[in-house]
Amino acid sequence: MSTLTHEQGKPQLVNESGLSKPQLRELLADVSDFLYREADLLDERRYTEWLELLDDDYRYSVPLRMNVPFADVADNENTKLGAEVCWFDEPKSTVEFRVTQLMTGVHWAEEPVSRVSHLLTNLRLTRVDLPEVEISGRFLVYRNRVSDETDILVGRRRDVLRRAGDDWKVVRRTLLLDQSVLLAKNLSIFI
Amino acid sequence: MTIDQSLPSQRVSDLIDITAGEISREIFVDEAIHKQELENLFPRAWLFVGHASQVPNPGDYFSSWMGSDPVLLTRDDRGEIYVLLNSCRHRGMKVCRYDEGNTMQFTCPYHAWSYSIDGSLVDVPGDLHGVPHLKSAYQGQLEKAKWGLVRCPRVHNYKGLVFATWDEQAPDFLDYVGDFHWWLDNLADAFDGTEGGTEVFHGVLKWRIKSNWKFVSENFLGDTYHGASTHASVEAVGIGPGGKGKRRHGERQNQGGFSKGRMKTSFRLGHGASDNLDYELPYPEFAEPELTEYFEHAWNKRAEKLRAEGRPLGGRGPATMFPNMSFAAGFPRSILVAHPISPTETEVWRWFLVDKDAPDFVREWLRQYYMRYGGPAGMTEQDDMENWDYATNASRGVVARRYPYNYQQGLDREQPSELDRAVHSDHAIAGEVNARAFYRRWAEYVDNLSQQELTERAQVDERIDRIKERQAKSAAELEGQA
Repeated sequence: MSTLTHEQGKPQLVNESGLSKPQLRELLADVSDFLYREADLLDERRYTEWLELLDDDYRYSVPLRMNVPFADVADNENTKLGAEVCWFDEPKSTVEFRVTQLMTGVHWAEEPVSRVSHLLTNLRLTRVDLPEVEISGRFLVYRNRVSDETDILVGRRRDVLRRAGDDWKVVRRTLLLDQSVLLAKNLSIFI
Repeated sequence: MTIDQSLPSQRVSDLIDITAGEISREIFVDEAIHKQELENLFPRAWLFVGHASQVPNPGDYFSSWMGSDPVLLTRDDRGEIYVLLNSCRHRGMKVCRYDEGNTMQFTCPYHAWSYSIDGSLVDVPGDLHGVPHLKSAYQGQLEKAKWGLVRCPRVHNYKGLVFATWDEQAPDFLDYVGDFHWWLDNLADAFDGTEGGTEVFHGVLKWRIKSNWKFVSENFLGDTYHGASTHASVEAVGIGPGGKGKRRHGERQNQGGFSKGRMKTSFRLGHGASDNLDYELPYPEFAEPELTEYFEHAWNKRAEKLRAEGRPLGGRGPATMFPNMSFAAGFPRSILVAHPISPTETEVWRWFLVDKDAPDFVREWLRQYYMRYGGPAGMTEQDDMENWDYATNASRGVVARRYPYNYQQGLDREQPSELDRAVHSDHAIAGEVNARAFYRRWAEYVDNLSQQELTERAQVDERIDRIKERQAKSAAELEGQA
């Protein structure tokens, strides 16, 4: 599976399943609707229901971004998933740990709870190989907590979804956060 | 409370009453005091700059900070490590705005003055090498040797941990750390005791918090008192080596929790640790048998080596080296630096260490553990930042500033230590002896005592005399009763 790091130069949809244009449009609408519903569950803190949308081999990855020369962007702009220090690069079991912590009621970083909105845009299919599809987009995650504490996290996101009956499950989520020094004091919410 | 609240204070030491165990909130929020810290403390103390494994090859560099100043940690063509001020001598432009890389020459983007770290081109790495229109612009009169990047005059590579100070008069690094070096040894040595057998994972976590930098230093210096409340949620989950539900640092269930037999260690020089050298907590039991086997082997090898040297096996922290480098040398094993930005803002950097010869399965287990444990995404550290930020925020008010913080835990109950100019807490979890010593040292630096005075003041640890007096008194009382 390619990662976001290597996305440059491959903007075209890889249509392994040979779907027609109308079928692709319908697929994009279906997948988008799924992602918006998933974002709603997160923002409404319905974590138990949200976890059910993640497949067992789910992996959540957010590499660090670094200031590098133009010539080194492809190789060194992000820390390497699977090998180096990232903000997140973890299996579903760790995500479940985080959900358990959020639901303890004594996780002070999110007590009182933050107000969070996940915005998704620029969504497009980048690979269709049913039962899996890969979708690229941009995220804007807004968090406001207590009174004036406000964080805006923006960047690129790539998801791999897998057909599960009538619906989808998330298999892989990789985000490139557009900050090298994190300007939020923590990442106690899911991006 | 006798603290004089009228500011600007002549001396910050007036704001620190360690006999009463009271410290003014001003030192955590006041602009003028912050400026004094930048002027008098950071340029005169030894600071952690980076790890030698971040610059393994000639030409490698890593961008770092020392107090208010950006610096470059570099390795020259002969393998020597340098620390250079990252600011062009012509108009001050930051000559390198990359986080890391490899180059033998830093060329300023503004007017293209270039500085070389190639010893065959310049006398000393960092010297000015190229100047556009050198002859016509300066009539050939520019003394290039005088206009190189400012070099940090004192750099010390301690088993891969690179420290530097701007002050030529500062004591030697080993005198600055004193017996606290045992904690640095445990940080830098491999899990099996191999000296300097560690490197850092690629990737430094960097993040901004709206907190005074001293909250960070104090937290790791010996504040284990915060754990039960601050980290209640992560302990409830259990993210440690033992698997779900097991303690986050990997203490075994038959070890009486994290505290049995532990004392904090406080140095007159300002450093402090949450444990003592005789607190020999073995490596954890893991959910995965091959990890247990690996670490048991490492523990036994280290025990054999250290016992032969007559050295106890404890001293893994968490700890803070005065003033702003904190670390833990166990589970996790990590370095943190709290870079001061303003009285109420700090940029925190965190590095994670791993044994150079660790097999892939150990490396990957540690990487996963470190990421779920520490840094802004870590399930432990998230809650620390909430407390530091809102403590800073709620201490800024006019009325709030009139009331000092309380540092009275274990006051006059310090215990003797075999270490040089050090004492221990009398309680494993409570005890603010480390913080009291830290802030006393802090005030001595910020009040701009000369290096000679700083050395003289720390020559004697009068806390040891007080312990002796107390012991003599209670012995006399016992005798009286008999």
